[in-house]
Amino acid sequence: MNQDSNTQQLPERKLRSQKERMWNTFLRNRPAILGLFLVAIVILTAVFADNWFIALPAGQQPEPLLAIHDPLKQDARNRLAAPSKEHIMGLDSYGRDIWARIVYGARVSLSVGLGSVLLGGLMGTFMGLMAGYTGGKVENVIMRAVDVLMAFPSLIMGLMVLAVLGSGLGKMILAIGLVLSPTFARVAHSATLTIKENEFVHAAIAVGSGRMRILRMHILPNILGEMVVLGSIWTATAIRVEANLSFIGLGISPPTPAWGSMIRDGTPYLRDAFWVSFFPGMAILVAVLGFNLLGDGLRDVLDPRLQQ
Amino acid sequence: MLRLKYLATRLVLAIPTFLVVLTLVFFVIRVIPGDPATAALGDYASQEAVEKMRERMGLNEPLYMQYFHFLGDLVQGDLGNSMITGNSINEQVLAVLPYTLQLTFASVLVGILLGVPTGIYTAVKRNSLSDYVGRILSLAGLSVPAFYLGILIMWLFALQWGLFPAVGGGDLSDPKDNLMHLVLPALTLGLIMTASVTRLTRSAMLNVLQEDYVRTARAKGLDERVTILRHALRAALVPIVSIIGIWTANLIADSVLTETVFARPGLGKMLVGAILQRDYTALQSVMVVYTGFIVVVNLITDLIYSMVDPRISH
Repeated sequence: MNQDSNTQQLPERKLRSQKERMWNTFLRNRPAILGLFLVAIVILTAVFADNWFIALPAGQQPEPLLAIHDPLKQDARNRLAAPSKEHIMGLDSYGRDIWARIVYGARVSLSVGLGSVLLGGLMGTFMGLMAGYTGGKVENVIMRAVDVLMAFPSLIMGLMVLAVLGSGLGKMILAIGLVLSPTFARVAHSATLTIKENEFVHAAIAVGSGRMRILRMHILPNILGEMVVLGSIWTATAIRVEANLSFIGLGISPPTPAWGSMIRDGTPYLRDAFWVSFFPGMAILVAVLGFNLLGDGLRDVLDPRLQQ
Repeated sequence: MLRLKYLATRLVLAIPTFLVVLTLVFFVIRVIPGDPATAALGDYASQEAVEKMRERMGLNEPLYMQYFHFLGDLVQGDLGNSMITGNSINEQVLAVLPYTLQLTFASVLVGILLGVPTGIYTAVKRNSLSDYVGRILSLAGLSVPAFYLGILIMWLFALQWGLFPAVGGGDLSDPKDNLMHLVLPALTLGLIMTASVTRLTRSAMLNVLQEDYVRTARAKGLDERVTILRHALRAALVPIVSIIGIWTANLIADSVLTETVFARPGLGKMLVGAILQRDYTALQSVMVVYTGFIVVVNLITDLIYSMVDPRISH
């Protein structure tokens, strides 16, 4: 009896099952939920740093909201002041509010993290798709170039590219995007090789679909999941590389707050005012850990083969 | 004998890689905006002085001549002279190389000594409290930027407790001083490496512990320690060796930052300095040394593969 009712329920259950299973896997994955939570905090912080979203009279600058204070305003008399009720994370060596600078710094980190992954992901996926689908010489040239580029640690590549391009937010995004693209190319390439041998692709070729149409309609949707997982994990790396480069002094030019350069500014005062470097570092840790946890969780959901 | 032949083939195969990297680096560097002669003399230098400087730096030669000079010198083991200081780069590299090698070696040692046992332990005690703590710590270790961990470690051990010197590389001729200066930077990089070695060892061990032969070993009453260390670990070693190889190459990049934090002499600091000063010759030389280092690390990793897994023959 029991068995019978089970069999009857089967078709409906199966219909719902894939999405449901994905959700369940994700929701049961506690670290992934924590990751989502941390990422949400960082995104909300960046969005609500000031009240840019309400209509302001022309010429008026947005007022700090979550940031409370102006991140650029200097208070020379109270420089390096310890955390207090008024300034919860203290003041830096110019007397600027550290909390406000961290809140605004989230914008830089997120722009670089998401922007460079989007850019690198698009470039890399395109290269990988072309290489994998076209084969022959195109494949050889693209993939050998990828091999050479991947031989170098991302920070060293980033340093070189940034040295050529010069500094600035857009250039930073471009530099890190370029550095990340080979990884996307390699994964997209191997995924494409597998997918293109499927019957539905042969069928599409047989009915006369063009190359771009096959890539767009049949291959891309099938490798997108893997690309999203890769994107999430590499956002964490991109944020870390940005912090590294800012720390070395090749990042966004001052006085724009960026977490890496805030830590750098605080190092001479480490002995007497450790908070100047300590809090921005925690912000980096939260953001990078969040994207790492989220990426791990997404991988479990979207790529069940890798599940433990 | 077979291994020697393999070694020779690999070294020959490394030559094209070297050439591609060198060529790439040589031309990319010359795209960097700004004139090294002006950078060396400052913005207020006269036109004549800049011209003379360009002449001395060899920048007036056609690009392809500069390239062939560079390759020609390199084949003879000469990295040239710094464009900015005029000093021999060979001497500069030889002066800082011991510091970088020390740091890399010590960090890898820390990574292996802490990472492999923790990975084994957390795999065996799967889903226990220590497993959770280990997993969270290792993910945090993968998320923390090397320079920040370095600052925290420096703050605690050097500035608060005063156990070790905060900055500098120490005197190479004084082993104790040298070692004291090495501890904190090596701990920084080693802990970051520990994080990924732990993660990978854990997952490799979990895979192996499900195998039939491990169950057989347990069933025939082998000591659990023997089962895990002799039977399971042996089979899990290949991925562990591979992650250690990858991380050793990666350490080079992180050493750039660690050397900056601890004001320690080394290749990384030389690289950053060369980029900031637009010192073309120093920059390309450091990249040559880096590439060589990465090639050697990959080669050693491949050789260790065949030692831990006899099925992999070269």
